[in-house]
Amino acid sequence: MGIADLDIVRRQIQQAKRGDLIFVCLGLAALAVAISTFIALFGNMLNDGLARLGPEFFMNYGSRHADKAGILAAWVGTLCVMLVTAAVAVPLGIASGIYLEEYARKNLLTDLIEINISNLAGVPSIVYGLLGLGVFVYAFGFGKSILTAGLTLALLILPIIIVATREALRSVPGMIREGAFALGSTRWQTVAHHVMPAAMPGVLTGVILGLSRAIGETAPLIVIGTLTFITFLPPAPITPDFPFVSFAWVNSQFTVMPIQIYDWTSRPQAAFQANASTAGLVLVLMTLLMNGLAIWLRARLRKRLKW
Amino acid sequence: MSQAPVHREPMRTMLKTRNTRRVQERFIEYGLLACALVAILTTAGIVFILLKETIAFFGKDGVSLWDFLTDTQWTPLFQDPQFGIIVLLSGTFTSSLVALAVAIPLGTIIAIFLSEFASEKAREWAKPILELLSGIPTIVFGYFALLFVTPLLRSVFPGLPGFNLLSAGIVMGVMIVPYVASISEDAMRAVPMSLREGSYAMGATRLQTALKVVVPAAFSGIAAAYILGISRAVGETMIVAVAAGTQPNLTLNPFDQAATITTFIAQVSKGDVPYGSVGYLSIFAAGLALFLLTLVFNLLGFWLRKRYREVY
Repeated sequence: MGIADLDIVRRQIQQAKRGDLIFVCLGLAALAVAISTFIALFGNMLNDGLARLGPEFFMNYGSRHADKAGILAAWVGTLCVMLVTAAVAVPLGIASGIYLEEYARKNLLTDLIEINISNLAGVPSIVYGLLGLGVFVYAFGFGKSILTAGLTLALLILPIIIVATREALRSVPGMIREGAFALGSTRWQTVAHHVMPAAMPGVLTGVILGLSRAIGETAPLIVIGTLTFITFLPPAPITPDFPFVSFAWVNSQFTVMPIQIYDWTSRPQAAFQANASTAGLVLVLMTLLMNGLAIWLRARLRKRLKW
Repeated sequence: MSQAPVHREPMRTMLKTRNTRRVQERFIEYGLLACALVAILTTAGIVFILLKETIAFFGKDGVSLWDFLTDTQWTPLFQDPQFGIIVLLSGTFTSSLVALAVAIPLGTIIAIFLSEFASEKAREWAKPILELLSGIPTIVFGYFALLFVTPLLRSVFPGLPGFNLLSAGIVMGVMIVPYVASISEDAMRAVPMSLREGSYAMGATRLQTALKVVVPAAFSGIAAAYILGISRAVGETMIVAVAAGTQPNLTLNPFDQAATITTFIAQVSKGDVPYGSVGYLSIFAAGLALFLLTLVFNLLGFWLRKRYREVY
């Protein structure tokens, strides 16, 4: 091989290495685009919405006057809907996860359930709204109530919780179960006393991610007919008379944060759009906080668990 | 040596507790199974309600399946309504195309970068940030598209209308980037190290290894990421409903405004249509079209995703 050939080879190597460098720049640029979008979105909302943020924004109902309008009905509504959603989706999701991971035998029914779950995770959220409208609002006669919204969103986030529960259970090593079985535990005792406690942080991560998804969902709630303008709160859950607890609030009409934002965004006046950005800020902070908590929990779990 | 007190249970009680426990265990298992069946019930509920109302829709006067598939007008609330789903499909198609033009290059580059180039530490930083980005409610993205991206685009293209598919599509694309990136990255990380080592041993650079060894090996997973991304874009509602306008419009031009299938459903339900009317039934017909469309993409995506999991 002559010197000239070596030079050619060297040049080729140089070129190939330059390719590496160019791609690293490209990768960093792509990440920068994604992250700067995030910053632009957040900065834009801070810029437009921070001025309106204050205690009265949380304590006022919607109003025809933009500067008097607030999100009282919206955040209370979101809270109530989330209570129903969590009460339905969390036990159902965890129980399904436990069944599929710890009990189910490999058969047609199990396969069918699994296919259904992975398909449901991909169904557009607005289709869940149609399910809620057709089944909960009209067929079951729940009306356009907190109950309907909570159930609809519960079905929507069920796949998220099931998948997270299964992953958490799968990461618990088999020897834990074998140890429990060897001491004479039944299957349920093994699951309830040994496997579930070990899987709890992972399950919790899934629950938080699911609920944070539900908080931000707008489309299904539009379809079930959530009102956009409300000047009352659902009846209080605690009553002065016996039995002191009332579930009348689940039948109440309501509005939620994303719907309020949608309503304000689609108005032409800039003052209402500023309100939308303030409410958006609150909503984004809420979901970021929840997601951040979930990501942190998961990271901590990964570090702590060394089986 | 003192004898420890021995607790002797009569055989009968022991057998009895064992039997009750067995019954109890059975109950628990069936209870858990019942919970798992909710997934099947949900799918069944969706299919049933969509089919039922769609059949009722085609039973109405002046509505036929043929017109639904071939008509070029979508005017459901007019005196003489016309239902050509193609009109809504064109809006969905165009906005999804714009979204994919953004999401596929960005998502793929980020995935290759994170999986093949970035250090462990950089990955640990970048992934949670991307995850946070994907956790932002879509209505907030819609707000961002209408009031930030559209004005920005209008300073570049002065003739752009206030509602347009372009800005909705771009923002939708950015929203899907983390989703595409994370599934593709998973697929690339599943490629065994020995393939990379073989490639490096032959003198290939990182980029050559990434593009000629890892990406082809992870191809079905990356394809799954794209297809699931498409399904996301097709089913997205709030961004297009806020930023792309609500006017049904048969167009493939992203600079136009147009309603998508999802926009139409949201728009009609917001108007509080009476139960059983043609308008009410039409959103279920549109919903069925949407459901079938995403179902095809989802099944294809899951099948592809399962394939790459099985190879290694």
